[in-house]
Amino acid sequence: MDFAFLYSSFLRLIAGIPLTLQLAFSSIGLGFCLAVLLAAMMRSRLLPLAWIAEGFVFVFRGTPLLVQIFLIYYGLGQFRPYLDEMGIWWFFRSPYYCALLALTLNTAAYGAEIVRGGLQSVPHGQIEAARAFGMSGFTLYRRIVAPIALRQALPAYGNEIILMIKATSLVSTITLMEVTGLAHKIISETFRAFEVFFVAGAIYLAINFAMARLIALAEDRIAPDLGRAAATIEMGKLSH
Amino acid sequence: MKLTRFAVAAAAVLALGFAATDASAQMRKVKVATEGAYAPWNFVNSAGKLEGFELDLGAELCKRAKFDCEFVAQDWDGIIPSLQAKKYDAIMAGMNITPKRLETINFTTAYAAGAHGFLIQKSSSLAKLPGGEFNLTKDLASAEKAIADLKPMLKGKILGVQGSTTNLAWAEKYFKDVAEIREYKTTEQHDLDLAAGRIDAAVVAHSAAKATMETATGKDMAIAGPAFSGGMLGLGVAVGIRKEDNDLKAAFDEAVKSAIADGTIKRLSEKWFKVDMTPKS
Repeated sequence: MDFAFLYSSFLRLIAGIPLTLQLAFSSIGLGFCLAVLLAAMMRSRLLPLAWIAEGFVFVFRGTPLLVQIFLIYYGLGQFRPYLDEMGIWWFFRSPYYCALLALTLNTAAYGAEIVRGGLQSVPHGQIEAARAFGMSGFTLYRRIVAPIALRQALPAYGNEIILMIKATSLVSTITLMEVTGLAHKIISETFRAFEVFFVAGAIYLAINFAMARLIALAEDRIAPDLGRAAATIEMGKLSH
Repeated sequence: MKLTRFAVAAAAVLALGFAATDASAQMRKVKVATEGAYAPWNFVNSAGKLEGFELDLGAELCKRAKFDCEFVAQDWDGIIPSLQAKKYDAIMAGMNITPKRLETINFTTAYAAGAHGFLIQKSSSLAKLPGGEFNLTKDLASAEKAIADLKPMLKGKILGVQGSTTNLAWAEKYFKDVAEIREYKTTEQHDLDLAAGRIDAAVVAHSAAKATMETATGKDMAIAGPAFSGGMLGLGVAVGIRKEDNDLKAAFDEAVKSAIADGTIKRLSEKWFKVDMTPKS
């Protein structure tokens, strides 16, 4: 293996890491806010609100992210006159904003289901107990429902975060030069696909390794009794 | 008796088998890759089949070289690595001969040559770019002077160009300091963005630009500025072949030369491009 070449590819590919991380974290952050809103809508007693949220999740979870990126970027690009009139063309003109929008909507759809699952897992008894103490509304959510739901949702949400970091590799199809886009460019100059993708893969692996550790730390922190450290002990107890 | 019949049958099967091998030995199977997204050179028609100048020419060249050819579509950015990986034996995809590519693969004699330049929206301020014709091989100095004259007009503009092309290498060398350059997977994609107004100009081969202008997407587009050719833009479009396949190269060379000599390339070129793209030696 040609280490000098691997190293020079690595040096060029790290230039794409900021864009990869920027897209991943912005979309995960915005997507989480939207996911909470959608989960709340799905649990709402106002049926039309629930239907809208369920429809959104159905569409964005049921279609490939690549198709969503193409539809938002090239698809909406063909409706420029209308978007111009609405004064939002500046947003859709930029490949970065289009990518961010597609990634955010996509992760929000998955996130909504995870958050909803977390909320549903809160035992009814806990809520009744809280009510008995006189808690209601926001206080009930802040002190009881949200912490329990978050603990339940975090492992699944961690999975989603890692998936999103990898999903950013699709945005090179709309001219954004993140790690995968740069990898394609280096390959087109050197024709050495194996080495370049090997390095690109290693970069994603390193990012996701760090991410997985952070998520595990967070899990232990917010739920020491449920976290990984405790998991083996718990399993032992359960089998008796 | 039964045994004899079996022996006869077995002999017949063997004989047939040998006959079949004999026939395929005469007609060498050659797999040719094309992009299928670069009209009118090569594209997928409404029936889902590959069509274009290179499909017609390829069939003609294979007939002359006595090859049994099969065309396959391959994404542009992987077209050379896949040749190296022996997924096919030759490339006919509007690919120009360049020194950079020659480090990795070999090319036959060129079968077409054309100019490169800018595709713009007619309403754009770039419609006023000065014209002219420049050859980077024959007179680099005046070509570079023409490029220097273009620079102030392209300042702050966004140029779209297909990745892994001579157009990209050229645009990056001369315009990276004044304009933003965006890379696309296919020319169709930068055409869409040019129509939408996301980019100010596409850096293209004139042949492909003319095809775009005939589509609904390109109805308000025009070629602007000077026509550049030669040098780093390519020494002509040719069949790409692995370096070690010398016999394949020799056979295709022979076929290309005879197709140039008897006017076949001129005829096909006029059919697909409306102009004669025969390389001038």
